[in-house]
Amino acid sequence: MTQLPSWAEWLVSSLIIVGALFALVGSIGLARLPDFMARLHAPTKSTTLGVGGVILGSIVYFSVSASFSLHELLITIFLFLTAPISAHLLAKAGLHLELRRVENTRDLRTQPRQYSDEDD
Amino acid sequence: MLNKVLPAPFLSLFLLAFWLLLQNTISAGLVILGVILAILIPLYTNRGRDFPATIHRPLKVVEYFVLLLIDILISNLNIAAIILMPSRKIKPALIEYPLDIVGEVPITVLASTISLTPGTITAEIRRDGRALLIHALNVHDPDKLIQSIKQRYEMRLKEIFKC
Repeated sequence: MTQLPSWAEWLVSSLIIVGALFALVGSIGLARLPDFMARLHAPTKSTTLGVGGVILGSIVYFSVSASFSLHELLITIFLFLTAPISAHLLAKAGLHLELRRVENTRDLRTQPRQYSDEDD
Repeated sequence: MLNKVLPAPFLSLFLLAFWLLLQNTISAGLVILGVILAILIPLYTNRGRDFPATIHRPLKVVEYFVLLLIDILISNLNIAAIILMPSRKIKPALIEYPLDIVGEVPITVLASTISLTPGTITAEIRRDGRALLIHALNVHDPDKLIQSIKQRYEMRLKEIFKC
């Protein structure tokens, strides 16, 4: 392992710790939010920053210790492309199965049938 | 003429950048090979593109992307705060969001944007394709949320895609 200058060590470790903290918060949210739809919010959002922090750390580490490196950015691109799609599919499945929602969820649909699979 | 060789200039640009990121080095040979691939792949796959979309304002795309990044950052902090406070305080809602824009690609981009930003997830599109169903994690005033999405994202998309 190469020795990093101390500013880079600080920067890399704080980026990784911040990333890990957000990943942890996302997982806690997955466990403790009240219903399916609310649980979906935690992993789709907090993990983007969690992974982002770790990736930035990796970019800084490899750019300082070896040659300039950017291909970690590909992970971010794929994450941004796939996270909304998987969230959308899960939300859609939850909606059509009419999973139990917490009581204070307000349903503001004017024509709920417009969103269901059933034939009229 | 240019349209024949480059049917999708932004796809080509994306492919070239993607290729160079994958290689993780830049040399003349790699750039030339990348340019050849970036021209050939869109030419070959153009028949399969079902939903053509033209970007009219490339600079606005950059602005949109930066705005989105900042909002994702803020949304992460918001969600973290909601998760760490007692859960019975949250006020979730299913909101109908009327669409102003038309076309598959712009609507898809808007839906993905909504899923990535503060406390909202797109769940479904209405059968006639003129409204999105949004699940919001913690919202006090649904109309204000709809207005803010319209002004922040939909107006910009409308300018970018001219739809």
